[in-house]
Amino acid sequence: MSSPAAQFKTDAKRITADLRHRATIQTAMGKYELVRDQRKHWFQDWEGARTLAARTKYEAVNGLDAHLLQFTRKLEARGTKVHWAGTGAQACAIILDLLQARRARVVVKSKTMTSEEIHLNDALARAGVEVVESDLGEFIVQLRGEPPYHLVFPAMHLTRDEIKEVFAKRLHDAPSNDPEELTMVARRQLRQKYLQADVGITGANFAIAETGMISITENEGNARLTAALPRTMITLMGIEKILPRYADLALFLPMLAVMGTGQALTCYNTMYGGPRQPGEADGPEEFHVVLLDNRRTLVLADVEQRDALGCIRCGACLNVCPVYRNVGGHTYGTVYGGPIGSVLTPHLRGLQEWKHLSYASSLCGACTETCPVGIDIHHHLLRNRRNASAPKTGKPDAWQRLLFKLYAATAARPAFWRLATRFGRFVQRFHGLVKGGALDPVRAWTGTRELPPIARQSFREWWKEHGTHE
Amino acid sequence: MTVTLFVPCFVDLLYPQVAISAVRLFERLGHQVVVPQSPACCGQPAFNTGDWGGECRDLALQAMRTLRAAEAIVILSGSCGAMMKVFYPELFARTKHEALAREFAPKVWEFSSFLVHKLGVTDVGARFPHKVTFHDGCHGLRELRNKQPPRQLLARVQGLELIEMGAAETCCGFGGTFAVKFPAISTAMAEVKCASALETQAEYVVSCDSSCLMQIQGLADRQRQPVKTLHLAEVLAQT
Repeated sequence: MSSPAAQFKTDAKRITADLRHRATIQTAMGKYELVRDQRKHWFQDWEGARTLAARTKYEAVNGLDAHLLQFTRKLEARGTKVHWAGTGAQACAIILDLLQARRARVVVKSKTMTSEEIHLNDALARAGVEVVESDLGEFIVQLRGEPPYHLVFPAMHLTRDEIKEVFAKRLHDAPSNDPEELTMVARRQLRQKYLQADVGITGANFAIAETGMISITENEGNARLTAALPRTMITLMGIEKILPRYADLALFLPMLAVMGTGQALTCYNTMYGGPRQPGEADGPEEFHVVLLDNRRTLVLADVEQRDALGCIRCGACLNVCPVYRNVGGHTYGTVYGGPIGSVLTPHLRGLQEWKHLSYASSLCGACTETCPVGIDIHHHLLRNRRNASAPKTGKPDAWQRLLFKLYAATAARPAFWRLATRFGRFVQRFHGLVKGGALDPVRAWTGTRELPPIARQSFREWWKEHGTHE
Repeated sequence: MTVTLFVPCFVDLLYPQVAISAVRLFERLGHQVVVPQSPACCGQPAFNTGDWGGECRDLALQAMRTLRAAEAIVILSGSCGAMMKVFYPELFARTKHEALAREFAPKVWEFSSFLVHKLGVTDVGARFPHKVTFHDGCHGLRELRNKQPPRQLLARVQGLELIEMGAAETCCGFGGTFAVKFPAISTAMAEVKCASALETQAEYVVSCDSSCLMQIQGLADRQRQPVKTLHLAEVLAQT
């Protein structure tokens, strides 16, 4: 198996040449930008809202220890069982134990990227449990055996014909490529599963410390059915999902909707506070919350990058990222793609193995500019690069260092620079012989682009003749 | 005023006419220009690859020490400007040179911002009867927040018509060593950029960053697209 870095380069090369893919994504994102901007203007003071959101999330993360305890005490007081998982494997084991103790055969899930992070579906399938994704996009990519393409739009890379094709192949039910008809097919399938399922697994968008409640926001009603119909409900969430106060949702729910999908609010916004209480007519008999660390506390310990834990997974940085828009969601090879994923993945899965994601950016800063909670995303990519090549704690690239050393020595001395200028001019005469070929030392550039020649007279040479001199 | 012009390495070697245009423009406006001979580089290539140690710091220190006495340091690149103004203080944070970096940063000006904000001119007496579109270099736009100055200057150029492209603020894909570390992604980004520029049917793509223009022109030439690029200084020098 190739390294994640080699795989990334191979996949990026393939997909950037796929012009149909590029057009699909650019068109979808163009539409998103339009509605996002319309809704942003509904905020009286968008920049003020961002500042407040950043401050609130930072407060939540900085006081995570206290907030989590408050959150769990409130939950437990209403009969919820709280589980703490240090690693993804532990979280999978906890959930599997809960399923096996209840002899669960069928599980429905609503959208949870955290479960993708810990490969929960694989773990459950290995144990013989049937897992059904109930979010339409997730349902489609599950049928295709693919991971979600995007944090918010899991199937945005697919055309309706491709969806029809997979429905025909896997469900033997695809009357046409009409989105409404295809949705009806999925609904018929899913309604059966909700009724059969022994357990429903959800994620969480926010966890309110003050009230001990889980906030889930969605557009299809599938999370409500996942939570309400099976006897047991399990919510899997990263520990950073905390918000201090109930009232914070008044800012965060519209903000997430605007930046996530360009909606003023998503269609369904539900609070879950525990299992069915005496006298209540509905709700699950049992409610379990699994709190996942999985190296998030390492991000917490990193004073420079702690704000990255404030990410609300709106996907806005992916949508504006010119790299994401060209390589697409699958190329990253990890559940959290795009700019924020390139910041977080090296923390969550190892810096040396995943540092290439932090290098695969032009550092344009469109992500930071759009991030609703003000995460310093593109500068964190730079900091990851620094940490990855730090002389003692990282792995500096010896060749690259040598090149920089030579270059810096030349740039620091006028005489060397003059010599190098002339030498470069001499050498480039022969460049034509190898240009673009395997022997071309600058083939990475000349493979697809022309390189301007060193001028007959450099500026410094011109200045010598013209200038007032120092 | 004495303008200390810092000419980045690639402008010196590949685009001397950009710096020559700037010299002529400043002289036309009645200012004196001085050009330090070294360093020829601000240290950004090393910095952006994460190599914040020796070489990068040496170049940055040399630049700060050579230029600290200057009245105003003008850089013909938003990217190198951001390096000196925004990243030197971060590079030297918590070191004994931190104070120097903080004192140095406000003296550094990106070319267009210097004209508009420091010299207070928008009409430099230029004439350029052509349709142009403007490409925002990311560092100038987002690190230095220079969205308006180049547009204010272009607005006062006689005969010039500015047609904004849809993707004006979208990165061209250059990104320094990114362009050669990930050539496929970088090239795809340039294609998106060029397509957007071509849609405007402008005759020229103008920018404050020759490095972006090298990327845009390099791709356009290879793909035989009718794109012509010019640095803002070259436009403003035309009379």
